[in-house]
Formats: sequence, structure tokens, C-alpha cells
Amino acid sequence: MKSRKMARRPHSAPQVQRGIISESDRRRPKVRWTFRFINGATLILLLIVGLGPILWLAKSSITPTQDTLRTPMSLWPHGFDLGNFAKAWSKTHIDHYFLNTVWIAIGSWIVQIVVATTGGYALSVLRPRFSRVLTAMVLATLFVPSIVLLVPLYLTIVDVPIVNIKLINSFWAVWLPAGASAFNVLLIKRFFDNIPREIFEAAQVDGAGAFRLFWSIVLPLSRPIIGVVSVFAVIGTWKDFLWPLLVLPDPNMQPLSVRLPTLQPTTPLDIFIAALAIATLIPIILFLVFQRMFLQGGDVSGAVKG
Amino acid sequence: MSAPSGSTVAVRGKLERRRRRIRVSRDGLSTLAFLLPLLLVFGAFSWYPIVRSLVMSVQETNLVSTLTFVGLDNFARVLADPLFSKAVSNTAFFALLALIIGYPIPLVLAVIMSETRRYKSLLSALAYLPVVIPPVVSVLLWRFFFDGSPNGVFNTILGVVGLGPVHWLGDSGTAMPSIVIEATWAGFGGTVIIYLAALLSVPRELYDAAEVDGASIRQKIWHVTLPQLRGILFITLILQLIATSQLFTEPFLFTGGGPANSTLTVLLLIYHYAFQNSLGGDYGMAAALSVMLAAFLAVFTAFYFWLTRSWSTTS
Repeated sequence: MKSRKMARRPHSAPQVQRGIISESDRRRPKVRWTFRFINGATLILLLIVGLGPILWLAKSSITPTQDTLRTPMSLWPHGFDLGNFAKAWSKTHIDHYFLNTVWIAIGSWIVQIVVATTGGYALSVLRPRFSRVLTAMVLATLFVPSIVLLVPLYLTIVDVPIVNIKLINSFWAVWLPAGASAFNVLLIKRFFDNIPREIFEAAQVDGAGAFRLFWSIVLPLSRPIIGVVSVFAVIGTWKDFLWPLLVLPDPNMQPLSVRLPTLQPTTPLDIFIAALAIATLIPIILFLVFQRMFLQGGDVSGAVKG
Repeated sequence: MSAPSGSTVAVRGKLERRRRRIRVSRDGLSTLAFLLPLLLVFGAFSWYPIVRSLVMSVQETNLVSTLTFVGLDNFARVLADPLFSKAVSNTAFFALLALIIGYPIPLVLAVIMSETRRYKSLLSALAYLPVVIPPVVSVLLWRFFFDGSPNGVFNTILGVVGLGPVHWLGDSGTAMPSIVIEATWAGFGGTVIIYLAALLSVPRELYDAAEVDGASIRQKIWHVTLPQLRGILFITLILQLIATSQLFTEPFLFTGGGPANSTLTVLLLIYHYAFQNSLGGDYGMAAALSVMLAAFLAVFTAFYFWLTRSWSTTS
């Protein structure tokens, strides 16, 4: 008995691993059982809270409408209907809105990456004389909650200053404002700040200019941070609701998030739930693939979005 | 002999790194080319609208008639609107409820999870899952859960224990608490992750020292862990207040502000002023209310930045 318990404990130095409960505490039966109970309860609770709604969504998307209405909590449906997905995809034109979402995500991503990398490069590496003022001006926009700019930004889209173009019902209305993310610019600038200057100097000795430096040295070195910004850009587009609702009044241009609420009254329940499941798929896949980015960041500044 | 001289060069290089600039055509055309996307996008879609919102708040605007300066008239009209006080008190009520229900949960979870050894990553992934679901999908999904009929999801569960049926979103007394429950569910995972990272940075020696003094587990949490998390607890508090005062999607899709305006929030009111006015948008009033909300939030945001800055310089 005793030897088995000993063997289970990790061989590595326990000092590094310790938290609130000490090793000697963990050996006391009372502490061990209480902690085991709390642990188990937490696991069950999180399974219900975190996975439960998604499982309900998955189950109901293949369940006939009447089943979901009458017994929403039954674990086993009275019939399976995988055809709901096909119907949602083609008959309710979820495919079209899904593609809209994809286009909006791709465009927003490109704009965000271009603005953040070129801007971050100029402010961090090239550093023109007024770069401090510019950095401060970018930082200042973080203080202004984006949502408060709703009305003036909307009026700007209706009539873009100087060029006088109306961007309503154009994807550009979502793409361009997405680029004005101070968070992205400052995150990337800070990353560039930490690249050793010696690398740039060495490249310059070899005759590299500003463009060459950016393209062949800075960009390849900053792949990890660009990855982070990219994933959050795509997830952000998928989550966005109010802004595309305002600037894309034409249903043909709208992304899934805007379209789903208006589809509900005219769509059979089972097909509608299948549509919800389709809309959830991409963010969940992204999350599962890039889990580490989400869970090990713990970046406080990332939580404030404007 | 060569090793020490090499290291001094490296040290000197490190010291000078901050001050040295790259001498590729500083202020030149190429620098401008790199700055151009940032200047254009921020100029048109960030700096200009910020200035414009201030200007608009003292103008009468509805896109049709010409702009006229009206002084503080827009602010006066907003303040006189009976819906304004309703929206402010609703938003404050939501913030308070979200604080009572939503603030302690992530902390308790994170403390438990940080002690877990086996399923730590599974637990944090489970907690974070609701965060990645698009808010619109969450709200539409929770509309089924909040179904007021006895056959609704939550009412079925309550029925097992002999309670209910509760009208959830259909009753002005329970509508806001229902939204708080959904919003808490949608957001707690992000805060758990922040706390988990913060818990890692609590110095292990403090626990050792507390044990030498004979502290129990509860005493260690109370006298070591929580005081060490003080800074981050305050930051998440401010972040939560900033987020809750901007509540929009949930009441907009759940209830549209009803029943009887019981879930009308400040942001919903801005939206109503600007975009749901039969007489054409009253952008002046919307801008005035936006400026007021921004001024209120700016206090919190400034405080937040001041805190995180002093935080990052010490660690």
C-alpha cells in the first residue's frame, strides 16, 4: 500500500510544484479526501456548465422539433435527423451567411495584420521624430471605449471624410475599422521592441533597407505574435454583432451572427438549432487547436477590448 | 582573456540598445510608407470619430437638416428623459448583480483549479469553452433554456425539485437576473484564466513561511493567497465594471429592453436614440449620452492603466 502511494508521487522536485496545500497536508487523510471531493465536484460542475450547453446544442440539432419542445432535457432523442444540418446549410442559406462571415473574417484579419505590423515596425524600429506622440495617440484610443464611438463611427461610414464614399453595405465598412485596434498595434510594437537591435544593425551592414529589414527579418521573427493576433482577429469577427448589424443592413451581405436572430421566427426549430451549431463550429475548432494561446496567455491587457 | 571583454561588450550593447535608433532614412519616405496604413485607418476610424463625438454632442444632427450649435441642449434633453434614469439604474443594477453573482465564482474556481494536479488543463479548457462561443449563439441558445413554459429546459430541471415554473425573461422581476446568469456563464472562463496565471506568481516561500508559523490551509488562503492577489483582484473588478456598463447584445437579443423597460441599458438607449427613432436618428442625443458614458468609463479605464503600469514595472 505504502509503496504504491510513494511511487505515484512525481519524482521531480516538489518545491517547484507546490501551491497552497503542502506535501505534508496532502498526506493527511482528511485533507486528501476533502480535496478529492472538492476536485470531483468542480470537475462535474464544469462539465455541466462548460460542456453541457454545447452538448445540448449538439443533441438538439439532430433531434426532431417535437422532441426538443416536449422533453428538452431527455438524454436520448426519439429519432435522429442528421438532415437538419443539410437543410440548414442549403435551404436556409446558412452557407451564404457562413461565407459572408468567412470573407469578413479574412478581410478584417488582413487589415489588422497589415496595420499592426507596419505601424508597429515604424513606431518600434524606424522611430521617426514624432513616433512618441503617435504611440501616445494610439494608446489614448484604448481609453475610449469602442462602443461609445458607435454613432460617430457609423456616420463616418455613411460618409467617409475627404474621399466622400458611402461604405454602407460594403465589407470595407467592417474591414477598415477593425484595423484601428490600438491593442494589436501596441502588442506588436512591444514584441518588436524586444528584438535585439544588433540583428538590425548586422542586416544594415549587409545592405538591407527598411523594406528588406521588415520583410526578411522582422516578419519571420514575429511569427508567434502574429499568430496570436490572427487567432483573436478571427474569433473577434465571429463574435461581432452590433457593428455588422449597423453597417450591413442588406441581408445578402450579413454574417451569420447578424442573420441568426432574424432567421429564428421563420425557421423550423430543429433546423434553426442546427444552424446555431454550425455557427459555433469554427470558434470551437480554433479554440481546441490553439488552446495554449487562450489558456496560457493570462494576458490582463487582452481582456480590455477598448 | 577574450571571454570577459566579450561580455562587457554585450553589457554595454544592452545598455545602449534602448537609445540607439536605426539609421535607415529616418523620417524618410519609407518610414512614411510604413506609417501610412496606421495613419489612415486610425485617422478615419478612430481619431476622427472620437473628436466628432465631442462635436456632435453639442450639435443638432440628423443627417437631413443642417448642423446647428445647440450648446448643452442635447445633454439637458438626455437628462430630462425618464428613460435615462431608468437605463442608468438598470445598468447599475446589472453591474451590482453581476458583481455579487459573477465576481467570486472565478476566484473560487481558480484557487481550487490551481491546486489540482491531474486535470488542470481539462478544467481550464472546460471553463473557457463558453467564452469562445459567439455571444449571439449563446443568447439564442439560452433563450431555449429560459423558456417560460413548464417544458422549458430550466423549468424542467426546477420541476424535478418541485419548483417553478419561472417566467425568466418574461417577467420584469426576473428578466435582469436571468441576463446576469447568462452573462456570468459567458464570461467567467476568461477571468479564471487571469487568476490562474496570477496564482502562479504567488511566491512559494510565503506558503513555506506560513506553515512554519503553523497556518492552516484556510489561513494560508486568507492571509497569503488573497493579499497576494490584491492587485489583480482590483484590476478584474474594474474590468468587470467597464464591461457591465457596456452591456448591449444580451438585453438587445433576449428582451429588446423589455418587459416594461426592465432590461433597458444605457447602450440600448444610445442605440434607440440613434437608430430606432421614427423621426430619423437623434444623433445629438445619442452622442451626448455616449460622451457621458465615456467620461464615466474613462475614470475607471485611467485607473486600470495606472494600476497595470505600476504592476508591470514591479514584476
